[in-house]
Amino acid sequence: MTTRLLTVEDLTVTFTARGRRDVTAVSGVSFDIGAGEVVGLVGESGCGKSVTSLALMGLLPRRGVRTGGRALLDGSTDLLALDDARIRDLRGTQLAMVFQDPLSSLNPVVPIGVQVTEILRRHRGLRGERARAEAAHLLDRVGIPDPARRLKEYPHQLSGGMRQRALIAMAVACAPRLLIADEPTTALDVTIQAQILELLRELVDQEGTALLMITHDLGVVAGLCDRVNVLYAGKVVEAAARRPLFAAPAHPYTHGLLASIPRLDAPRGQPLKPIRGSVNDTIAWAEGCAFAPRCDHFSPACLEGTPAQAPAPDAAVPGPRSHLVRCVHPVNTATAPDAARRDGQPRPGHPPHPPSEPPGAAPAASATKEKAE
Amino acid sequence: MTESESASASASGPEPASASVSGSGPASAAPVPPQGAPPAPLLTLSGLKVHFPLRRGVVFDRTVGHVRAVDGVSLSVPAGRTYGLVGESGCGKTTLGRAVLRLTDITAGSVVFDGTDLAKLPEGEMRRARRRLQMVFQDPLGSLNPRQNIESILAEGMAAHGIGAGRKERRERIRAILDRVGLPAGSLSRYPHEFSGGQRQRIGIARALVLEPDLLICDEPVSALDVSIQAQVLNLLEELQDAMGLTYLVIAHDLAVVRHISDVIGVMYLGSLVEEAPGDELYGTPRHPYTKALMSAVPVPDPKAEDRRERILLTGDLPSPADPPAGCRFHTRCPWKQPTRCADERPALRPAGGAGTGHRVACHWAEEIAAGTLRPTGDLAAPVLHRV
Repeated sequence: MTTRLLTVEDLTVTFTARGRRDVTAVSGVSFDIGAGEVVGLVGESGCGKSVTSLALMGLLPRRGVRTGGRALLDGSTDLLALDDARIRDLRGTQLAMVFQDPLSSLNPVVPIGVQVTEILRRHRGLRGERARAEAAHLLDRVGIPDPARRLKEYPHQLSGGMRQRALIAMAVACAPRLLIADEPTTALDVTIQAQILELLRELVDQEGTALLMITHDLGVVAGLCDRVNVLYAGKVVEAAARRPLFAAPAHPYTHGLLASIPRLDAPRGQPLKPIRGSVNDTIAWAEGCAFAPRCDHFSPACLEGTPAQAPAPDAAVPGPRSHLVRCVHPVNTATAPDAARRDGQPRPGHPPHPPSEPPGAAPAASATKEKAE
Repeated sequence: MTESESASASASGPEPASASVSGSGPASAAPVPPQGAPPAPLLTLSGLKVHFPLRRGVVFDRTVGHVRAVDGVSLSVPAGRTYGLVGESGCGKTTLGRAVLRLTDITAGSVVFDGTDLAKLPEGEMRRARRRLQMVFQDPLGSLNPRQNIESILAEGMAAHGIGAGRKERRERIRAILDRVGLPAGSLSRYPHEFSGGQRQRIGIARALVLEPDLLICDEPVSALDVSIQAQVLNLLEELQDAMGLTYLVIAHDLAVVRHISDVIGVMYLGSLVEEAPGDELYGTPRHPYTKALMSAVPVPDPKAEDRRERILLTGDLPSPADPPAGCRFHTRCPWKQPTRCADERPALRPAGGAGTGHRVACHWAEEIAAGTLRPTGDLAAPVLHRV
């Protein structure tokens, strides 16, 4: 197998504070990205998706944070082991990031032009008129009209979509090989979101930039990502190419997420099937599956340590890049692919566990609830 | 201050909508009977306008213009049903919801609730009327006082409206309503920060329901919540409607959410309603170019559907509501824009798609677009970046 652009192995991030319990935000996340590939990290708030991206960019504070694992660029440079000066050189040229909130990522008292040319000076050594011309060219490329005028303006004078375009222009200023986009469209309206997604897609297609897309929106993932990692409580619970993932979600969490979203293209009037509880109802991965307190397929086997990552029922060829799932009772949707999308009824292939609260679940769930409250 | 007030008063004077409404009431303002046997409208807005003055100058405090947040909206919400209002940020949907409750001043038009024009009520009576119109806010943490416990939050409104004789009875009612929205009985003495986002939204709903309202205005009720929690709150709203016969005005930007919960949907753009139809009708045959674009922009969590989804990419951003385009508000971004009429004649919201469909659209060319005789002027769904 050829060397991947970025290989993340067993990434673990633990936040420590004196007198408090350690919080493991990311525990053992592994994935890889090739050039021109779009990989999605999907999950709800608190699942560790943003911490993963900050760790890769070296943007986590040094104090109070313990990182483990490796993140190899080109199979050799470990991003997690680099010192500040070295990672600063890589940021911008090799890696770049687009954040969720474009207004707070831009300096409000500095004109857009200065902020864009700063990167060109730092990494490409451009000065004066050449830097300004290149900045205007970059803004033009991301679809900002009248770039020469916009360069003189301040962030508050731009609309939300325009600011996000400016951020993307800054991110791609040095033609990075990997672009990390952390919820790039969450703060935007749908019609503007469509414009920004189109722009990202174009960058990937034309420049061969690899894109790590971090989002909570399964719709965005379905349209953009080649491969998807679903995170829950700091672990990848399911990883697959996008088509198998949506056609046959194997982890009950993925399955539940898809069943709980109202969809524009589905017939109206079907009740939603929410996942019960909240992300606070969790147990430590060391004790068992963190999703067990909310899971409809719970059994005592779920509490026997961390479930191993294994090929999903529909995985044709078992391998590191096939459909993987971390569950004792993966949902087998291969037998009824159409019914898989919406209803949560037990089907042939499901483990025969009652969907109602099983006897063993109650203490675990209520215990964690009390902790959370 | 006085200057602008007199200005807005004189602006509202010659308004035909406000003049006609007091006499003819709901009959004139209920042009859309929804499918099936339509219940009588509980809430009817006619020609509702909310304009915010733009001020400049320190000494003279001149009014230099108006932000037309809501600019002539007429709609009616049938009793016991859900009216969904969608639109992007800045389209005026939240202002409309607040204007119904008179949380912002109404510039012109009428808000007829159960036969009474709220726009004309004196402040004291309006305050009493608010018991029957309650609001669920977007941000559950921001709308709950962090220093009040749940019992105090819920009892405050009851005391103000004289519901329940004494503390004990109020507590009983609060217990019942908390149970109804799915919160543990032990929540009474807790504070908002002790709850998760979904639970806080349930508190917000309980706070509204404890006053036994008839109409609930839900402003982005689920947009602050995680995906898996959104479904819980949506289901709760539906259950409550069935059990208590509530009428909802749901304001949201998420089309899938609005479609799921609404019977009738109105699409807003830059302060006015561009299209209105029963849910299935609107999503089945959208007639306004903006609705088409909005719906085509929503990503669907299904790769097969995503790959063949036709995308209508709108160019540019929302124009400023302080200086809206003349003619059709949407013509600056419309892919179907025509050289005549669009730029100089403001389209009225008129019936479309045959009688009985309850479909109204504000586009001069809706029929031609539906028939396919008008082609979009820009190229649609092209995989290249559209320039503004």
